[in-house]
Amino acid sequence: MSEPLLSVVRASVAYGNVEAVRSVSLDVGQNEIVTIIGANGAGKTTLLNAIIGIQRLKGGLTFGSRDLTTLEIEDRVATGLCLVPEHRELFGAMPVEDNLRLGGFRIKAAQSAATLEKVFALFPRLKERRRQLAGTLSGGEQQMLAMGRALMGHPRLLMLDEPSLGLAPRIAADIFRTVAELKRSGVSILLVEQNARAALQVADRAYVMELGEFILDGPADEVAADPRVAASYLGV
Amino acid sequence: MDTTILLFLLQDGITNGAIYALLGLALVLVFAVTRVILIPQGEFVTFGALTYATLAAGKLPGTVWLAVLMGAIAFAFDLWSMRLSFRLAPLLRSVVLNLLLPLAILALTSAVVGPTNAIAMNVLLSLVIVAPLGPFLYRIVYQPMAEASVLTLLIASVGAHFALLGLGLVFFGAEGLRGPALSSASVTLGPVPISGQALAVYGVTTGLIVALWLFFGYTLYGKALRATAVNRIGARLAGIRTSLSGQLAFLLAAIIGAVSGILIVPITTIYYDTGFLIGLKGFVAAIIGGLVSYPLTALAAILVGCVEAFSSFYASNYKEAIVFTLLLPVLILRSLAAPAVEEEHD
Amino acid sequence: MRRWPVLLFALAIAVIPFVPGMPPFWLVLLDNIGLAALVAIGLVILTGVGGLTSFGQAAFCGFGAYTTAVLTTSYGLSPWLTLPASLVVAGGAAVLLGLITVRLSGHYLPLGTIAWGISLYYIFGKVELLGRHDGISGIPPLMIGQIAFADPRAIYFIIWLAVIVAALLTMNLLDSRTGRAVRALRRGHVAAEAFGVPTAKMKLLVFIHAAVLAGLSGWLYAHFQRAVNPTPFGLNAGIEYLFIAVVGGAGYVWGAVLGAGVVTVLKEILQGALPALFNVQAQLETIVFGVLLVLLLQVAPGGLWPRLTALFPTRSPGGVGVVTDAEPLAARQKSDAAAGPLLEVQKARKQFGGVVAVNDVSFEVKAGEIVALIGPNGAGKSTMFNLITGVLPADGGQISTQGQRIDGATPQHIVRLGIARTFQHVKLVPDMTVLENVALGTHTRGHAGALASLFRLDRTDEARLLGEAVRQIERVGLADRMYQPAGSLPLGQQRIVEIARALCADPALLLLDEPAAGLRHMEKQNLAALLRQLRSDGMGVLLVEHDMGFVMELADRVTVLEFGTKIAEGVPDAIKNDPAVIEAYLGIAA
Repeated sequence: MSEPLLSVVRASVAYGNVEAVRSVSLDVGQNEIVTIIGANGAGKTTLLNAIIGIQRLKGGLTFGSRDLTTLEIEDRVATGLCLVPEHRELFGAMPVEDNLRLGGFRIKAAQSAATLEKVFALFPRLKERRRQLAGTLSGGEQQMLAMGRALMGHPRLLMLDEPSLGLAPRIAADIFRTVAELKRSGVSILLVEQNARAALQVADRAYVMELGEFILDGPADEVAADPRVAASYLGV
Repeated sequence: MDTTILLFLLQDGITNGAIYALLGLALVLVFAVTRVILIPQGEFVTFGALTYATLAAGKLPGTVWLAVLMGAIAFAFDLWSMRLSFRLAPLLRSVVLNLLLPLAILALTSAVVGPTNAIAMNVLLSLVIVAPLGPFLYRIVYQPMAEASVLTLLIASVGAHFALLGLGLVFFGAEGLRGPALSSASVTLGPVPISGQALAVYGVTTGLIVALWLFFGYTLYGKALRATAVNRIGARLAGIRTSLSGQLAFLLAAIIGAVSGILIVPITTIYYDTGFLIGLKGFVAAIIGGLVSYPLTALAAILVGCVEAFSSFYASNYKEAIVFTLLLPVLILRSLAAPAVEEEHD
Repeated sequence: MRRWPVLLFALAIAVIPFVPGMPPFWLVLLDNIGLAALVAIGLVILTGVGGLTSFGQAAFCGFGAYTTAVLTTSYGLSPWLTLPASLVVAGGAAVLLGLITVRLSGHYLPLGTIAWGISLYYIFGKVELLGRHDGISGIPPLMIGQIAFADPRAIYFIIWLAVIVAALLTMNLLDSRTGRAVRALRRGHVAAEAFGVPTAKMKLLVFIHAAVLAGLSGWLYAHFQRAVNPTPFGLNAGIEYLFIAVVGGAGYVWGAVLGAGVVTVLKEILQGALPALFNVQAQLETIVFGVLLVLLLQVAPGGLWPRLTALFPTRSPGGVGVVTDAEPLAARQKSDAAAGPLLEVQKARKQFGGVVAVNDVSFEVKAGEIVALIGPNGAGKSTMFNLITGVLPADGGQISTQGQRIDGATPQHIVRLGIARTFQHVKLVPDMTVLENVALGTHTRGHAGALASLFRLDRTDEARLLGEAVRQIERVGLADRMYQPAGSLPLGQQRIVEIARALCADPALLLLDEPAAGLRHMEKQNLAALLRQLRSDGMGVLLVEHDMGFVMELADRVTVLEFGTKIAEGVPDAIKNDPAVIEAYLGIAA
C-alpha cells in the first residue's frame, strides 16, 4: 500500500482520569473507505473527535505527511480533513444555503460557488430547500446538509460519525449510496457506524472497537465473516 | 404633569435609550459569539468619550498609549501560544496587527492632533484609536480561556473591568470631561426643542443598527459570526476560527462602545468610571432581550431610558435603584420561559 | 475529617496577639481577613459547592451592619441583643431575595445578584433612617461585663472565634445528607431530583446560610469600625468577596480563609507600595487586582487551596466514619400485586416541536420481571425513561405504578413511590467519592435536616444511610473502590455505581439505561447475575440496552421501539425472529 493519507499511531484519548481510547493505531489510504464498528460507548466517536481536534489526543497523528497534533480544529479542517459529527452541529437558525456557504469559509469565493453546484447535484433535495432554515429540515435532510457542508471545505478525507443515526432504513440506504459515490469522486472516507452490516458492505477495510481498543481489523469482507463480529454486531 | 414635561422626559429617555440600545446590541453580539458577558463594555464608552473630548481639546489622548501597551501584551500572548508550532505567516500578521498598527495610530494621532481639528476628524480618530482595544482585550483576557464556563468568563470580565477602570484613571485622571456637540443645529417639535445632538444620536444609532443588520445578513464574515453564535463546534468544523470570530465581535463591541461614548459626552460629563454605569444600563436592556434578541434589546433599551428619565424626575433619589430593580422581574420571567436545560458543565 | 490541623490553626490564631512586638497594624489586617473570610466561607458553599454565583454578598453584610447600627444607636439596644436581630434580618433578606434568585437559571442568576446588589447599595445610601451616604456613626463597642472589645486586638478574638466556628459548622453541613444534596446541585438537577432532593429548597438553604454568615461579618464589622456607610456594601465589595473565594479555591472552606488572607494582604501592599513606586495618585491597585484576577483564572482556575494541599499529600482516608453495624434502614413494604403492575404505561406520548419522540406507547412491568426496551438509537427509549421518572412531562397517555397515577408527578415524588433509575450519560459527581455518590441514593430514607447536621446531631441517621450505601456498594462488587472519587473510575464501573445509588432508594422498580455499555465480559456476567438476583427478590427491572446477547439472555419480555412507536412486544425468542424488528434494528440490508 502506498503512503497512507491519515495515520493514527498508538493514540489514546482520556476524559479526566478515564481513558476512553487506549493506544489505537489506524490508517486510511488514498481513495479508500475505512469503517470503525463497535457498540455504544466503545470509543468510536471519541476517536473521531480526537482526530479532528475536539478532544485531546496523545500519540501520533499525521495527515498527508503533516503532523496534526499541534494544530487547532480549524487548521486541521484547512488541511482537507473534515468531520460530519454525530449530532451534525448545523447552524439551525440559518438557511440551508448559508450553512453550505459557511462550509466553504476557508475556500476562495469563486471556487466555493462551483463546489456549491456540485453539492446541489449530489443532494438535489438541498437545492429545493436552499432557503429553508436548517433546523426545520427532516433528519435525513439534515444529514445530507451536514455532509454537504463538510464537502464544501474540499476534504481529502471525510469522517462520518453515525450518518444513519435516527434515519429510516430507506434514507439511510441513500446516505450509504452517497458514501460510495463520494469515493468514486476521489474522497477518502472514515466511517463510524453502529449499523455494522451496512458499514461493512460499503467499506474497503474495517476496524472493530471494544472498550476503547481495536480487537480486530482487516478487509471488510473478512471482518464481516469473523464469527465474533457476526455474533455481536450482525445479529446472525 | 403637563405635556411639555412629559415630552421633555420622553425625549431625554429616548436619547439615552438609543445609546443604551447600542450598548445592549453590542453585549448581545459579544455574548452570542463568545459567551462573554462583557462588563468592560462600559470602559469602551468611557474611552471613546474621553478620547474624543481630549482630542477636541487639542491634546493627545492616553488611549493611544494604552493601545500600544495592549498590543504589545497581545503580541507576547501570540508568541507564547506559537511556541509549539512556529510558522512565519501568523507571526508576521501578529507583528503587523499588534505592534505596527498601534504605533502607526500613535504616529498618526501625534501628527494631526490640534485644537482646530474638524469634529468629524476627531470622531474618526477616536474610533481608530479605541477600536483595536476590543480585539486586544479579547486576545489577552478571553482567548486563552475560550472554552471556560460562562461563569468563569463573567468573573474574568469583572477582572478586566477593574483593570481597564484603573487604566482609565491613569490615562485620563479623575477630572470629568465634556466634548463638543456633533451638531449645533436644533429643531422644535411642538413645544419641545430637539437639540442637534439628540438628532445625531437618533441618526447614528439608526445608521449603526442598519449597518450591523447588513453586515450580519449579507456578508460571509457576518454570517460566520452568526454561525459561531448558533453553533460553536459546527463553526469550528467549517473552518471558522473561534478566535477570529471573537476578535471580530470585540472589534464591533469596541466601535459601538466608542460611538456611544462620543454621542453621550456632549450631553453629560464623563468621568473615568461613568462608563460602567452606562454600560450596565445597556446590560439591563440586553438581559431583557434575553441576551439573544436584537430587536427586543433595542426596545428594552428605550424603555430603560424612559424609566430612568421619569424616575429621575419623580424619585431622583431612587433612580438607579429603580432601574436595576426593574431587572429582577424580567430575570424571573426569562428563567420561567427558558427551557429547563441541564447544566452539564461547570 | 481530621481535627488536628484545625486545632493547630486555632491555636496559632490564638497565640498571634501575644507574640511580643506584634505591630497593632497587623492585627487590624488580621481582623479584616477574618471579616472577609466569614463572607467567603458562605460563598464557598453557595458558589463553589452549590454552583450559585453571587456578586451581591456584600449587601447581606450591609443588612447585618445596618441592623445593629440602627438598633444600638437609635434604640440603645445592647450589641449582644442585636446579634440575633442582625442574623435574622440578613437571613430574612436572603429568603426574599433567594426566592427570586434561586429560580433564575444559568447565567441569569449571577446577573440577578448584580442587579439587586446595585439596587441595595443605592437604597442604603438614600434612606434617611440609615443616614444616607454619611451612614451611621457612634456605634457602641461589644462588651462582656465591663470589658469593652473596642480595640483591634480585643475584637480579634471574637472575629476569629466566629471564623473558626463558622468554618467547622459549614464543614459539618457539607459532610451530611444535606451536604451531599447540595454538592450534587452544581452538576445539574436531574440526578439530584431523581433521588428525591428538593433542589429549589436546597438552593434557598445555602443561600440563607451564606447570607447569615455575611450578616455576622457585617455585625462584627459595625462594632469593629463603630461606624457604617454604604461603600463597603456595594457591588465592588461583592465582587471582591467572590474574588477571594475564587483565589482560595471556590470549593474549599479553608480556601476561603486562605483567599481572604492573600487578597487582603495583597490589597494592603498594593495600596501602600504602588503609589510610592510610581508616584501617581491613581488607583493602581485596581489595575493590578483586575490583572491578577484574570491571570489567576487563566493559570489556576481551581484556586490556591488545592495547590497548597497538593504540597502536603495525605493518606487517603480509609473507611473513616462509616459504621457498618448501624441499624439497617427500614425496607419498603413488599409490593402488592393486587394494586396493579409495578409500571403500567398506557398510550404515553411526547412531542418535541413537530417530532413525535414517543408515539402512544403502552407496556407494563410486573414484580419479579425483567423487561427490556430496545430499538435503534433515537427510537425514544431514553425519552420514555424521562417520562416515567417525571423528568419530562408526557403530552398524553397515562403512567401508573401499582394503581397510582404518576404522569405529572415530580421526580422527587416518583422515587419515593419506589421507582429508581440510572442514566445513559452517567450523572455522578466526579469529585465526590463512590460512597458519597451512592449515599445520595438514600436521600429519601433519611430524616436529619440542615440544622441537625450543622451541630452534628445527625450522626445516627447518617450512620444508617452510609451503612446502607456501603451494603449496596458491596452488593454490586465495588467495595474496593468505595473511597475513590467517582470520576476516577472507568465509565463502565461508573454505570455500576449508578446502579448501587439507585438500589439505595430501596426501589420496587429499577430503570436501567444501558447498564452494560462499556463493561467487560466478566463484568457483564456479574451484572446479569445481580439483576437475576434482584428479580428473584421480587423487584421489577426495566432495561434499555444495545447488547443483544445480554438482553436476550436476561429479559423475560422485550418491547421494541422504532421512531417512537412500539413495533413489537414479546418473549426474546419471538422478537429475535420478528421480521419487522430485524428490518428496523439490524438495518437496511437485512
